[in-house]
Parts: sequence; structure tokens; C-alpha cells
Amino acid sequence: MNRATIDLWVGIFVTLGIAALVFLALKVGNLASFGNEPMYAVSAEFDNIGGLKVRAPVRSAGVVVGRVTDIQFDTRKYVAVVSMSLSQKYQFSKDTSAQVLTSGLLGEQYVGLQAGGDDANLANGDRIKITSSAVVLENLISRFMFNSAEKTGQTKGETN
Amino acid sequence: MAVLDTLTSGLRTLGHKVIEGVWRIGFAARFFFAVLMYSGTAFRRFNLTIREIYFTGVLSLIIILISGLFVGMVLGLQGYDTLQRYGSSEALGVLVALSLVRELGPVISALLFASRAGSAITAEIGLMKTTEQLSAMEMMAVNPIARVVAPRFWAGVMSMPLLAAMFSAMGVIGGYLVGVKLIGVDEGAFWSQMQSSVDVRLDIVNGVIKSFVFGIAVTLISVFEGYDADPTAEGVSGATTRTVVTSSLAILALDFILTAFMFRGVG
Repeated sequence: MNRATIDLWVGIFVTLGIAALVFLALKVGNLASFGNEPMYAVSAEFDNIGGLKVRAPVRSAGVVVGRVTDIQFDTRKYVAVVSMSLSQKYQFSKDTSAQVLTSGLLGEQYVGLQAGGDDANLANGDRIKITSSAVVLENLISRFMFNSAEKTGQTKGETN
Repeated sequence: MAVLDTLTSGLRTLGHKVIEGVWRIGFAARFFFAVLMYSGTAFRRFNLTIREIYFTGVLSLIIILISGLFVGMVLGLQGYDTLQRYGSSEALGVLVALSLVRELGPVISALLFASRAGSAITAEIGLMKTTEQLSAMEMMAVNPIARVVAPRFWAGVMSMPLLAAMFSAMGVIGGYLVGVKLIGVDEGAFWSQMQSSVDVRLDIVNGVIKSFVFGIAVTLISVFEGYDADPTAEGVSGATTRTVVTSSLAILALDFILTAFMFRGVG
């Protein structure tokens, strides 16, 4: 086989390989979203974060606006401190509230942001003051069971 | 006394085996450094390396692409079967992409590469040694490591990540064909869940690093076994077998070590 044919085939091979890498990065991965956009960091304290994990999405109105970068436990106040980095494209008012939500019934957990009405915006390093914790399924079930037990108790009391 | 004799001879055999094993590892390490030291030729006369990329990479294309497609299609079928029991068949894209990009792509393509290209490299170099072509080169003051071994080594190291990427890409396409086109999983969910779960740095770059390490291991074992083969027909056939066995074991062991380092504690 002569030199030119070999060169051609190797060229095709390398092009295919790079095309496969680009396909993986763009179509399979999420390089396009937050590749190297400018970000800013905010944090929030939660009583309970449930199953929230690092790299979980931060959404507002369902749109992914950032990612959870770090989760720490504050031993002084006994709360979870969640650090997030948000895209500079999306600005939120200072009185934005954050809550840990679940996508679907048993899906992945994420941080939901609900913008408030303050004129000033959250800046790099700010802390979100208003937070509500994750819904823990066990607590929900036990609350429901206690409620129904109370109700049956009441109805029995009325009939007697 | 007879008992003592069998005991000492047994110990002697063991000691001989250990010394031989350590000597071989040391020889392989020195050989690796020699390959790195004489790699200059592989890049200065790059057409030598290009020729070898043709033989190791381009000729492995068909088997890699077809295996990738079929592995992806099987993942699509099996993954759907399990996921639909839990009512989460939309996560099929995540399952197919993550298992391919993290594990199956690098590992299976490296195993195929070892048996398709690695054995060929060993047989070729072994036969060159048997027919005294390597000695002839030395006579002509041509360093056989620089002229024969280094280009093959670098060609293998360069081809492997590209082949693994193609394997994973074909696998994802195979999973898409079976999952979306054949079974009817929602196309939007398939791609969007995949994109939100696959991280470029954690998953894809780690997969590429894995395949790069496998490429170094497989081609080093192949060129070493060929260079070290007994210069007989039997020696070359034995070396070829050893290449496939040793590289496969090395790939699986390295994969475990790399996975333990890369994906530990990643939720």
C-alpha cells in the first residue's frame, strides 16, 4: 500500500476519533451548559437537605441556573451549609428563598430558588436567608399516620 | 534425607521462579525507559508512526465500530427491560451513556485492541527477531528500538483513546437506535436526561484518561513480548498468547485501580 493511501486512511481515522470525542462532549455530556461562563457563589443554610448531593442542579422556575458546589455541616448551629455557584447570566434579588426539592416522586434532589421583590441583587459570597428543608418521606408518612389516628380517635369520641 | 531433598528442590524451584519474575519485570521497566528515550525517531520520522497507526488503528476500526454498536444495542435492550419494571425507562439514556463512557468503552475497546492489534505487533516483532532482522539492523548501526519498537508504541498509545471514543459514540448510537427507534422511549427524555447526568470532566475525560492508560499498558506489553520472544516459531506463538493474556489481565486490574481513584465518593 502506498504512502498517500495510508496517509488518507490515518487522516480519516483521526477525524473520526475526534468527531467521536466531540459527539461525546456535546451530545452525551453537558459541555455546552456552563462550560466556562462566569459564575458567582452563594450559600444557604438548611435544617435538612435530605439526599442532596454535590453537583446537583440549582433550578429556578425549572431552568437550571447553577450547580451545588459544596455541602458542609455547621457544628455551631447544627445546620447544613450548601454552597452553590450560579451563572452570572441569572441575577436574583437579595430576599430570594431556597428550598430542597425533588424532581418527580423519587427522582434526584435539587435546590429550587424563588425570587423575591428586593431591588438589590445577590452578590458573590452572599447567603440566602429564607430556606426550607427537604421533605423527608418518613416524616411525611408518620405525620399522615398520626393525623389519621387522631381523626379516628375524635370520631370514636363523638359517637360515644 | 529424601524429604529434605524434595523440600530444598521445591524451595529452589520457587526461588528460581521469583528471581526470573523479578528479572523480567526489571527488564520490562528498562525496556520501557529505552523506548521512551529513543522515541525521538518516532516523532522526527513521523511517517513511520503514521504507517503503524494505519496498521494498529485504522485496521481495528471495523471491529471496534461494530462491537460498539452491538454493545450499545444490547445495553439498550437489557437496560430497558430492567428500568421499565421501576417505571423509569426514560433513564435509559443515562444508563447507556454512563456505562459506556465510564467503563465499557475504554475496557472492551482495550480488550479488542489487545487481541486485534497487540497480538499482531507481538507476532511481527517476534518474527523480525526470529528472522534476525533486528540483529541485522543493529549491524547497520540502526537502533531497532528506535526504528521498530518506538513507532509501534506511540502509534498504539495514540490510537487507543480515539478507538475508545469511537466505541462509546457508536454504543450511544446503538442504544439510541434500540431504545428510541425500536422500543419507543421518548427521544427528548433520552437525550436530555443523558446530558444532565453525564459530566464532561468527571465521566468523559476520566474515560479518555482510562483508555490512554490502557493504550500505554497494552502496547508496552505487546512490543515487550515481541522483543523478548524466544527466536523460534514456538517462542513467537507463546509470546503472542502471553500478550493477549497479560494485557487483558492488566487492563482489568488497572481498570479497577483507576475506577477506585476516579469514581470514589462521586454521587
